[in-house]
Amino acid sequence: MNTTSNKKGKIKDINGPIVTIELPGVQNGEQVRIGSLGLYGEVISLEGNEALAQIYESTEMVRPGEPVEGLGHPLSVELGPGLIGGIFDGVQRPLEAMFLKAGDQIPRGLSPLPLDRDKVWHFVPSENLEPNMPIINGAVLGRVQETETVEHRILVPPNISGQLIELAPEGDYHLEESIGQVRDQQGEIHHLKLYHRWPVRRPRPYQSRDNGVEPLITGQRILDTFFPLLKGSKCAVPGPFGAGKTVVQHQVARWANADIVIYVGCGERGNELVDVLDSFPKLKDPYTGRPLMDRTLLIANTSNMPVVAREASIYVGITIAEYYRDQGYDVVMLADSTSRWAEALREVSGRLGQMPVEEGYPAYLASRLAAFYERAGRVDTMDSGKGSVTLIGAVSPPGGDFSEPVTSHTKEIIQTFWALSKELADARHYPAIDWVDSFSADVSTAAEWWHENIDREWEKRRSQALGMLARDAELSRIVNLVGPEALSSAQRWVLEGAALIKEGVLQQSALDPVDTFSSPEKQFMLLDLILSVYDAGADLIELGVPVQELSEMSVLARLRRCKELYDSNQTDQLKAFREEALNDFKEIHSEYAQRGEQPA
Amino acid sequence: MSAKEYRTASSARGGLLTVANVPNIAFGDRVHIRDQQGNTRNGQVIRSSDEEVLIQVFEGTSELDLESTWVRFLDEPVEIALSPEILGRIFNGLGEPRDYRPPIVSSLRRSISAAAFNPAARTYPKEFIQTGISTIDGLNSLVRGQKLPIFSASGLPHNRLAAQIVRQAKLPDDDSRFSVVFAAMGVSYADARFFQEEFASSGVLGNVVMFVNMADDPPVERLTLPRMALTAAEYLAFDLDRHVLVVMTDMTHYAEALREVATAKGDVPARKGYPGYLYSDLAEIYERSGRIKDRHGSITLVPVLSMPSDDITHPIPDLTGYITEGQIVLSRELHNQGIYPPVHISPSLSRLMKDGIGKDFTREDHPHVSNQLYALYARALETRNLASIIGADELSTRDRRYLEFADAFESRFVRQSEDEDRSIEETLNLAWDLLSTFPPQALTRVNETEIAKYHRQSV
Repeated sequence: MNTTSNKKGKIKDINGPIVTIELPGVQNGEQVRIGSLGLYGEVISLEGNEALAQIYESTEMVRPGEPVEGLGHPLSVELGPGLIGGIFDGVQRPLEAMFLKAGDQIPRGLSPLPLDRDKVWHFVPSENLEPNMPIINGAVLGRVQETETVEHRILVPPNISGQLIELAPEGDYHLEESIGQVRDQQGEIHHLKLYHRWPVRRPRPYQSRDNGVEPLITGQRILDTFFPLLKGSKCAVPGPFGAGKTVVQHQVARWANADIVIYVGCGERGNELVDVLDSFPKLKDPYTGRPLMDRTLLIANTSNMPVVAREASIYVGITIAEYYRDQGYDVVMLADSTSRWAEALREVSGRLGQMPVEEGYPAYLASRLAAFYERAGRVDTMDSGKGSVTLIGAVSPPGGDFSEPVTSHTKEIIQTFWALSKELADARHYPAIDWVDSFSADVSTAAEWWHENIDREWEKRRSQALGMLARDAELSRIVNLVGPEALSSAQRWVLEGAALIKEGVLQQSALDPVDTFSSPEKQFMLLDLILSVYDAGADLIELGVPVQELSEMSVLARLRRCKELYDSNQTDQLKAFREEALNDFKEIHSEYAQRGEQPA
Repeated sequence: MSAKEYRTASSARGGLLTVANVPNIAFGDRVHIRDQQGNTRNGQVIRSSDEEVLIQVFEGTSELDLESTWVRFLDEPVEIALSPEILGRIFNGLGEPRDYRPPIVSSLRRSISAAAFNPAARTYPKEFIQTGISTIDGLNSLVRGQKLPIFSASGLPHNRLAAQIVRQAKLPDDDSRFSVVFAAMGVSYADARFFQEEFASSGVLGNVVMFVNMADDPPVERLTLPRMALTAAEYLAFDLDRHVLVVMTDMTHYAEALREVATAKGDVPARKGYPGYLYSDLAEIYERSGRIKDRHGSITLVPVLSMPSDDITHPIPDLTGYITEGQIVLSRELHNQGIYPPVHISPSLSRLMKDGIGKDFTREDHPHVSNQLYALYARALETRNLASIIGADELSTRDRRYLEFADAFESRFVRQSEDEDRSIEETLNLAWDLLSTFPPQALTRVNETEIAKYHRQSV
């Protein structure tokens, strides 16, 4: 970066994170450094010679008259090998490096480069490329093994295309070394490196968008079986505090069948990120057997870190997600929590004196949210590959009220809604996802996948289970009014069946080593088993078997525990148990059938 | 740079004073204001430009006039002087002694608005703290470095519970150095005295630093007080290697003071008149707890707050719950039944419990026992509701067992006396006494090995 030509100016007014600067010629959105400490910020509006900047760091003891410098580019991220496995703050400063350099607390004005310049990467050029070929933006120049799991594809930056003049041979390179040259249409020659920069508020280009075709498998039964989310789709997880949003997000980050997972801790607890940092290197990716951290990247702006960087953090996350999408990967980005991001918007807008509309939020909340979620999607990349970004945003509605602005605007945009319930969490029914309030608009597409890969009966069984749960809610209301005696045997068996679904399928322990992950096969087998048992019982009740006798069958207790007794590889044992369980019912059946034949 | 003095005050309203034509004043600078009588007040710069500086006056602007008021900019942030001598002392929200003893003299002074801890510098809290209280140890375990608030309401015994935690909190088999930082905001004299006497009678007074702002002290001081207290706590924990338990009461008074100042500044209100940045502001306080890599000490934070009108969805408890690692919720219903401590377990939660309990920490059955009690109690409360509608006589035998469980749980497990210090072993055994009133097949959250080992009927 050429520092001599940077624009210079001075500070006029300091109002917390919002600073008025005098900097003629500065662009809206440009990065600035202010004060003698060189705090980083971003211009958000212009007025004559003056500009308003939001500052990513605390402005304590900064004074009017101190110098300001414009950096000539908008907030951008570095995209290249070395991202995966790292933890960055809301403006992509590497937190590990900062800890080693500056100690426990984050000092102001420090800005180490996001990617390590000393590290050497082994670059293998793409075989189909030769000098003098035309080359488009987003083309894969070559490959670098970033982690054991992730092969990093080095891309021509989105704003460069033309004729490939030179491509470096296989070998070891530093990030700053040139690995190729491209002459663009104007005849200008660009030296390409292993990394490039991209402004975070501008979506990266792709050829075309596509509809999702397969579900993201998370290994969580209520998510995959009942409220599926497609790869490239968008999803919200709202819930009051204590309902388990973070655990749901962590579970998805752990077990989703994605190539890359980007976890943005946006205005949340510091210890939760430490939990990920501590536990992920020890956990194995169920698909590759490698440490989970080999495919994971963390962006951390904890709740006590400056609020303006929080606003930036989700854009930093989504831009990195798009970058791996452009390499042809399925990326999952988790944003915990979008409410804190919205609050950061609100805080800045309040400081600017903008007219609030709902609960103090600015009028542009809905459009900003929509524009952010629209960056999710499954695309044909510029290099004609397929890649996707699946976006899962946690929402923290005040008081658990889903009608508040952030939840209600988000609900209009997303495809899948995993609503967490305080009542379920209070009863320690985890994951506390409410099967009444949640929805998925992609069930029919997901069904095609399940029917083809797992079982033709999937959609039927899913509907049957949801139907029973709805019936259960209805009957429970009656019980609460007049007591259980008012119900018929068949109705009481429905209650029993719904309880089996809740305990045996819906409840899933994130802490139990077996239960924490359920393969699609196991998910379906469990559901099918429980419904088969229910069906068998319903037949018996028609024969006149008292519901009491069925409820006390010892096989039911075992049925509730199947999820933790058999892991995803023990489908044979699960089948054997199924035979055993259904046999118990057959025995009763023949007993009663015989009785029925005998004259009274 | 020498301190600058001005007499150009141009407006005074509420706790805010505007001074015109003062160049180069730092944002956040500390200010002394001398009034007509020659008394000095304290303030802090909350907005600064060359034309105008806005000052938050801690003691308020009452009886100030615009002509004779002198404003002196000290050119330093709000700081606290630190030395081991702070132990056993009492300060106000500005760090000045309020125990009639001399101020702390030390070359070590720290700004009270510390930079955020780098998440990469933290270590995950895992060490179980035994409080001797079954509802906490058994069901909502506290670990070293956690922030676990008590959600209370007016008239409930939160102060007694907080004092009992301070008295009894210990790590099994560990006698490392332990300190208490007590921060009281807007409390009554009775409450302040209660804590002081508690600390004295339990012999910890020499290990306690108290920061006290009474209900009739300036509200603006409530904004600096928790930051003073936490800066002191960080010093004790990370400079002096102590394990520090910080008790803060009452966070509701803190938030109300914040609202008062925000309203005077003209900030856009979000919910119930509280400013939009209440979440970030509370987080700045709560997130200062924790453990740091390669440091021996720790900060465990137990804030107490009263829920206005017992409403847990009120912005103060609501935002607190989103930041802290769980909450202990007190119930008026239990309190009215004479149950102490009236901990309502259903909405209570400890998020860090999962990694601090079980084999190697407490006992292998602990996680499942806790889960099982929760599930049974939830079911039992439903049954109790049902019984109140259709009458207990109409219940099945199975349901009646739940009803009996709810009563036994509340009167034996929840209830304990103020000086009853139960070990975790005692708490878990008591839990099995209650679980054993159910046949083993009704217990689906504990596993078969645990049933074989602990269930009374299978012994």
